[in-house]
Amino acid sequence: MSAGAAIALPAPAPRERGRGVAPIVALLAPIALINAVGFLAPVLNLARMSFYEVEPTGAMREVYTLATWAKVFSDGYYAGLIFDSITVSLGITLLTLLCSYPIALYLHRSSGTWRTILLVLVISPLLTSAVVRTYGWIAILAENGLVNNALATLGLAKLKLMFNATGVTIGLTEILMPYMILALLAGFGRLDPRVEEAAATLGAPPFTIFRRIILPLTLPGIALGCLLCFVLAVSSFITPKLLGGGRVFLLATEIYDEAIVTLNWPLAATLSILVLIIFGGALMLYSRALRAIL
Amino acid sequence: MDERPASLPLKLGALVMFAFLLAPLIVVVPISFSGDAYMMFPPSSWSTKWYPAIFADGKMAAAFWTSLVLATVVTVLSLAIALPAAFALVRLKPPGAEALSSFFTAPLLLPTIVLGLAILIVFARLGLLATFPGLVAAHLVVTLPYALRVLATALSTLPIAVEEAAATLGASPFTVFRRITLPMMKSGLVGTTALCFLVSFDEVVLSLFMTGPRIQTLPVAMYHHVEQQADPLVAALSVLLVALTLIVVLVVDRTSGLAKTFVK
Repeated sequence: MSAGAAIALPAPAPRERGRGVAPIVALLAPIALINAVGFLAPVLNLARMSFYEVEPTGAMREVYTLATWAKVFSDGYYAGLIFDSITVSLGITLLTLLCSYPIALYLHRSSGTWRTILLVLVISPLLTSAVVRTYGWIAILAENGLVNNALATLGLAKLKLMFNATGVTIGLTEILMPYMILALLAGFGRLDPRVEEAAATLGAPPFTIFRRIILPLTLPGIALGCLLCFVLAVSSFITPKLLGGGRVFLLATEIYDEAIVTLNWPLAATLSILVLIIFGGALMLYSRALRAIL
Repeated sequence: MDERPASLPLKLGALVMFAFLLAPLIVVVPISFSGDAYMMFPPSSWSTKWYPAIFADGKMAAAFWTSLVLATVVTVLSLAIALPAAFALVRLKPPGAEALSSFFTAPLLLPTIVLGLAILIVFARLGLLATFPGLVAAHLVVTLPYALRVLATALSTLPIAVEEAAATLGASPFTVFRRITLPMMKSGLVGTTALCFLVSFDEVVLSLFMTGPRIQTLPVAMYHHVEQQADPLVAALSVLLVALTLIVVLVVDRTSGLAKTFVK
């Protein structure tokens, strides 16, 4: 949902110019205040806190040190955490793309009421609490859940689908699908049905049309969707926590544990900044990929 | 429309993936009518006992009311704060309007886990943790960008000629806004209301950082409940929440159009 957050503003009418600044300031003051107190100050403070000193007792002192940063980069546990977070998120992103592409393409090709119904089916999960959707996945993947009881009925061995990376991957893939579908859909505008028809007329089999026409034309949408899903996967926390059952350790779950359970705020702050650095890296890769495509 | 019709493999692929996408929302419906004491699928017996159980559970009922009041207050404040801001940015067009709107929507770019931690640290010092005003402020940080975005889009697509006509005929700026602009952007207002209410009502990560034993929102109470035991009580609650979401989605579709609000 964070994509395209900027608002398109039309050119000003000439008569609007030269008006007093006072009304503008008055109208913008409340939102500016909330943003300053609830966003700007906290984020700046977070960056500062990552350099605070933590005493062996766990107490925090307002003395600047690089100790927490050094610990994160030298301790193998955190390196593993970063590596796991990135690889699991990449896997989820790829799976989300594979699962979302058929839906997005089908939506692109449907119209009228049918399209609206399908769009409702895509957007409703997006607006449903992650707790509800994760609970649904627990019902499907648990030891007494849908999949395992079906396997047992068929006389097959039960699978361990929860409290491990498999469960987290399945759950997060489904939870991120609506974002991917909407991003793909936004990028499908370049797909001209006449080009596909021309290729078909010239004798291209369906798979060739997909590989040579549809896929290249929809690459910008794919790139945007992958960026969005990767970023959301790295920072998601509810699903890894509930489906991982405290046995899957990722950056986001560690931030929460350090902040709420261990109360090591400088470490939590450092890991948060690290998440933002990973975001920056993903964004750089995205713009580079986009330049290569276009 | 000159769209290509979908081929059979595409239809099948989309069908399977739709089933996957909707599976967790569908599966909670039969479980909510389970007669078992704990969650299993398929349930071994059926009953409707879990729906009244939601309101018999004091914690859940209290959390539900907290969430309802919180979402209402946050929605009203979001409209009251974002509407003047959208008007100032779109109609009065101050210098740097685009930079300002990017700044005001920036909280959406930050992952909620980072935002939650950042707010936790500052609000702890201000004594706002686990208080109602603290929760309202934290939720406003994420609902205001949505509200501003939808309202600014609604305002900028209005035909300005009608407003100018009213002004020419002697209506004061406030009268023009109240009698002309506001009624014309009704669909944007309904969309904003629905979106803000849902974002606040479903918000769980920020709330997890902001709540304590003294005050809990419904998603937080559900999260803690699922963490300990995944019984059918949560399924019954989930069915109610999914129904609420569907109603809101349909309202948005009827008023401002789903595609316009969510597909750019």
